[in-house]
Amino acid sequence: MSKAFRLPHQQYHTLKERALHPFRSSTFDILQAVDDVNVEIAQGEFFGIIGRNGSGKSTLLKCMAGIYDIDAGRLEVRGRLSPFIELGVGFNMDLTARDNVMINAIMLGLTRKQARQRFDEIIAFAELEDFLDLRLKNYSSGMTVRLAFSVAIQVDAEVLLIDEVLAVGDANFQQKCFDEFQRLKKAGRTILFVTHDMSAIERFCDRAMLLEKGKMLALGEPTAIARRYNELNFGRTVHSHAPETEIEREEQRREVAIVDAWFENTGGERIPAIACGEPCRACVEVHFNSDLEDPIFGFTIRNDVGATIFATTTALDHGPTGSFKAGQTVIVRLDFANWLCPSRYNLTPSIARAGMGADAIDIREDITSLVVHSGHFTGGVVNLPHTFELVRGPAGRPA
Amino acid sequence: MARVAPDPETVSRRHAPSAVGGDLRRFWNLTFTLASTDFRMTYFGSALGYLWSLMQPLLYFSVLYVVFTKIFKVQTNPPVKHYAVYMLTGIILWTFFLQTTSTSVQCLLAREGLLRKMRFPRLVVPLAVALTALFQLGMNFIAVILFAVISGLTPRVSWLELPVLVVLMAILAVGTGMILSCLYIRYRDIAPIWAVAAQILFYGSPVIYTAAKYPGGFVRIALCNPIAAINTQMEHAFVDPTAHSAATVIGGGIRLAIPLGIIFGVFALGLWFFHREAPRIAENL
Repeated sequence: MSKAFRLPHQQYHTLKERALHPFRSSTFDILQAVDDVNVEIAQGEFFGIIGRNGSGKSTLLKCMAGIYDIDAGRLEVRGRLSPFIELGVGFNMDLTARDNVMINAIMLGLTRKQARQRFDEIIAFAELEDFLDLRLKNYSSGMTVRLAFSVAIQVDAEVLLIDEVLAVGDANFQQKCFDEFQRLKKAGRTILFVTHDMSAIERFCDRAMLLEKGKMLALGEPTAIARRYNELNFGRTVHSHAPETEIEREEQRREVAIVDAWFENTGGERIPAIACGEPCRACVEVHFNSDLEDPIFGFTIRNDVGATIFATTTALDHGPTGSFKAGQTVIVRLDFANWLCPSRYNLTPSIARAGMGADAIDIREDITSLVVHSGHFTGGVVNLPHTFELVRGPAGRPA
Repeated sequence: MARVAPDPETVSRRHAPSAVGGDLRRFWNLTFTLASTDFRMTYFGSALGYLWSLMQPLLYFSVLYVVFTKIFKVQTNPPVKHYAVYMLTGIILWTFFLQTTSTSVQCLLAREGLLRKMRFPRLVVPLAVALTALFQLGMNFIAVILFAVISGLTPRVSWLELPVLVVLMAILAVGTGMILSCLYIRYRDIAPIWAVAAQILFYGSPVIYTAAKYPGGFVRIALCNPIAAINTQMEHAFVDPTAHSAATVIGGGIRLAIPLGIIFGVFALGLWFFHREAPRIAENL
């Protein structure tokens, strides 16, 4: 019943890039590809490993697969491991699909007899009955991957390690693969996989781990980990404050000037990115150079193709703002339910004089931006709060 | 979920890749599959296919035969009976040794795709190389036997020594191959070095001439070379029963321990070296 899968405590891996000169001492750099990762994975668990390129995911997987040796720490695997970490390993492009299936099955650890017995099943799953005697080099990449996947799932391993494979084939075959994963999951197999596909992580994994520069940043519930990953990815690149010089332009000449604008979370922290659905706040800081009665503060949010998604002003939703004295500063906060779909959004704040005429005193186009991320991409612009209800009619009668 | 004590068989603590691994059946299945695929692929797509593998040593043999019988006249002093058969057999045995060792040099690099993506005993790779060469040798021996019978040799019981000699040659070749393949990972210079060393070994060993060509006092030392000893015994057992056996030439059966010791010593050294390097092969490639 229980065949726990553990790889606890301190696991180091060093890649030595050696510059070798004959008969001279060698020089090398040390890259700590996996640094002190400590995790225990239970039997039957679906475990996802995510991280940016070069974060050590594949190295970790290779260590677990017994392809690389570890430098320090301990690594323990209970149960038979699948020998492959990638699909199509050992495929020979000059041989026919028939030969390749047999060879691949033997590499997986099947005997010749078992491979022959399962041959039809493998081909049927891959839906490649008509292309059996075609050489693999004439296969499309999708067909090759289908064949590889079909062989790979025949493995009798208790622990499967998979590097980037979920996005294989067309939609129909992908569904078959997902079903197959569910079947493996039900059968109590332990599966570890590396991917960049956050929806796969959220869909299949019981737990996930986020790696960055070889270190384990986070470990836990997949949705939270996927969110951390997105933050890591976008947080670094999008932190945009408009250049200082532009902020300072003509500040003195205007009656009133927008000094700064930003997005923040409900905790008041400035953020460059946020997860879809998390409440959010747009803020603008305004400095008054002269007295002003009931100015109107406006906010416009546009998406990355420039379409206005949402616009409002204090005149519409707040009412009179009161009087401000010269030298005074004010921060205007706009709390909004974040129904935005994943994209980059730009904020354009504006200030206008009271009255009906749109008499803008200051407006700053796209002064700051916010990336909304999520594991799912629906193609929509907003994600309206919604619930489903199915109202069935009475049972129909055959016509 | 009840926690049951794990089956000790399936707990692997030492998790690094190994040279041989625990599952001998899988080891053999893999070696055989790699070797037979390679063997099939060698002449795949060429019009004459397998014929090429026969023609290569035969053509090489023809050239050397013409040069050494018509120009250097090596067979006359002292005379060598059935010189053509002796030389062809010698060349075919040598081809086996050369093919195994020179392919072994870069075999790990050639299998990088597998080594980096799959967990399997590393020794499979050089062993499959030797097995491929052995298939080739088996095919070539059909030609050798035919040639021998056409040349007027009658089959004798002592021909059964041939498989033993082949096994000795194979042990030497695999041992050398293991050392070369590991060295190549560290020093890429091994490829040209071995190409030259193999040439020296070829002309230094009695393959196109017989051990009787060596100057009198030197022959005992020369026979310490395992290839010399194997070929000399091959002449005695296969080509000409009146030729001296390796034991006679080296001066007593007990001295055969030296070439045999070298064969098994090289193999043991190779095995030790390969076993030591195995865990790091994939990452050092």
